[in-house]
Amino acid sequence: MYRAHVLVCGGTGCTSSNSLEIIKALEDSIAEAGLAEEIKVIKTGCFGLCAIGPIMIVYPEGCFYCGVKVEDVPEIVEEHLLKGRPVKRLIYKEDSSLNMAKSLNETDFYKKQHRIALRNCGVIDPENINEYIAMDGYQALAKCLTEMTPADVIKVVKDSGLRGRGGGGFPTGLKWEFTAKNQADQKYVVCNADEGDPGAFMDRSVLEGDPHAIIEAMTICGYATGATEGYIYVRAEYPIAVKRLEIAIGQAKELGLLGKNIFDSGFDFDLHIRLGAGAFVCGEETALMTSIEGNRGEPRPRPPYPAVKGLFGKPTTENNVETFANIPQILLHGAEQFASMGTERSKGTKVFALGGKIKNTGLVEIPMGTTLREVIEDIGGGIPGGKKFKAAQTGGPSGGCIPASLIDTPIDYDNLTAIGCMMGSGGLIVMDEDNCMVDIAKFFLDFTVDESCGKCSPCRIGTKRMMELLEKITSGNGTLEDIDKLEELAYYIKQNSLCGLGQTAPNPVLATLKFFRDEYIAHVVDKKCPAGVCKALLNYVIDPAKCKGCTKCARACPVGAISGTVKNPHTIDPSVCIKCGACMENCNFNAISKK
Amino acid sequence: MKSLAELNAIREKAKSTMTVRDDNTELKRIVVGMATCGIAAGARPVLNEFVNEVARRKLDGVSVSQTGCIGMCQYEPIVEVFIPGEEKVTYVKMTADKVAKVVNDHIVNGNVVEEYTIGAIAK
Repeated sequence: MYRAHVLVCGGTGCTSSNSLEIIKALEDSIAEAGLAEEIKVIKTGCFGLCAIGPIMIVYPEGCFYCGVKVEDVPEIVEEHLLKGRPVKRLIYKEDSSLNMAKSLNETDFYKKQHRIALRNCGVIDPENINEYIAMDGYQALAKCLTEMTPADVIKVVKDSGLRGRGGGGFPTGLKWEFTAKNQADQKYVVCNADEGDPGAFMDRSVLEGDPHAIIEAMTICGYATGATEGYIYVRAEYPIAVKRLEIAIGQAKELGLLGKNIFDSGFDFDLHIRLGAGAFVCGEETALMTSIEGNRGEPRPRPPYPAVKGLFGKPTTENNVETFANIPQILLHGAEQFASMGTERSKGTKVFALGGKIKNTGLVEIPMGTTLREVIEDIGGGIPGGKKFKAAQTGGPSGGCIPASLIDTPIDYDNLTAIGCMMGSGGLIVMDEDNCMVDIAKFFLDFTVDESCGKCSPCRIGTKRMMELLEKITSGNGTLEDIDKLEELAYYIKQNSLCGLGQTAPNPVLATLKFFRDEYIAHVVDKKCPAGVCKALLNYVIDPAKCKGCTKCARACPVGAISGTVKNPHTIDPSVCIKCGACMENCNFNAISKK
Repeated sequence: MKSLAELNAIREKAKSTMTVRDDNTELKRIVVGMATCGIAAGARPVLNEFVNEVARRKLDGVSVSQTGCIGMCQYEPIVEVFIPGEEKVTYVKMTADKVAKVVNDHIVNGNVVEEYTIGAIAK
């Protein structure tokens, strides 16, 4: 019996800031202090507050440490674990004037969250099936196999109102029912873990922090739809997730929770992992299945839908990781409880990966209908540096943006669609006044141009042409006709592309045109970038009234574009200037500005 | 896995090893003074015995933790018991042998073991 548990985050974020070395150092120090029999170190999944990692929690006190370094470990062991004096300087404080020691659940970051898909992330050891079972794991599977018919299971999922969390928002129960209705000698369940949106890491964190939830959910789906085999398609660039899935599948097989005759019900289910090479298009369901079959990852026309003719030509149910992560909880606690959360047509919660200009970068799970303001200001802790919020980008390269004027929009599928945005898989990138919306649109379009598989011409050629127009605009050579042309092209690409990638690729451009058309016009008419981002359109100038002639800028300039003599105002030669901004950063008198 | 009973057996066993991680404000807290003075006076075996005794009795809602110097070094090892809604009780000069009685009488049955408290010793 251990008197204390030390939980250290082993998610990708904290791992990249050395959490594995911290675990090693902890184990060594604990052994050295002779506490190995008393204190247990547990490597968990992501806690969500990635901005301040590596994160460590010490129970029974529930003491929440952040930004822990390997050098801090001996002090934690000596002071806290041995002598019971928490190391105050490492304790997470939201507001330094307030109480120092705060339990995790009392912090603003966690208080407004409601964790269903992430319930076990940062709570259990994902490499130990017993901890998952202790948190009521596999109870839902037992209930389905021993007390419910496949039709009962589908009814509960339908009644819960769960919709696909990968972005499309298709009702999950209906999807299952379609597959269940199709007769075939073999059916499949596929988990889409090919998370490709830049800045999104919800699925990775679920797989890393709670892999058994996905295994349990897929087995339940197999039972409900009549499938006996499942595939998890996960990117090879998620090595920690892949490793934990492999361990979890091995443990589930050992306990007979996967394999033949599970719970003596006569139901067999087996799972395989397939690694994706990281092509964005493979997140599209038909391209993903083509890739699992061993072919080049390209989409195929629908219909036939996967429920009729999917993987290897057999009826297949494909769901996203987060969708599956909700399933065991829905079956365990009933459809009503799940449906009691959220808005009329969007039930339950949604996980978002918060990124960009926000204080608490990390992973949050909120009930549907929470406003964007609550997410950014309360949970996210606001925008650093007192800057003004400009817009939030959701749905990555397939989505759009929510401007500051709509910050009080309750987030759900229908509200976002109504304002020309989309829920997407859950990436939420916050932008402030320093972000140029034309540049943001260009960034996402650049991504889709690269990731277009090339099978259909609207996507392959159309996105490229759009990209050229955007480049023309941001380099100061655009005209008002170019903006119209951009819109027209966007329309045709959306209508004529074969798969979701092309059909949604113009969205970032359309959304920014809708809400920030004035910025586009400023680029083409005034030849100015209002946010001061597009290099071709801005000039650095020295205000002679403020310049003291200290020569610091001239020494910092890498290309020698600044001339002047000591104690006299300097000038920048725009024909030589490469607009790197080094002079502005170095000026102590705020004499240099971007115009 | 053949039955729900089998699954539940694993769950109960695993759960009992994880109670230390419960975030419960209604906890009965047993706190052992573990500064240098406490450790020198033998607080470690006392702490471990509390952990084991609580586990042996499968007590729910009881946490055992350590704290720094309580301030009366001559009475170490000192153990404080906090029960929500009741006044704090301070046991002094504790030994591993006294632990079972404190857990049984005080934690489980609600009767303070007067003879081990600071009041009895300081007289």
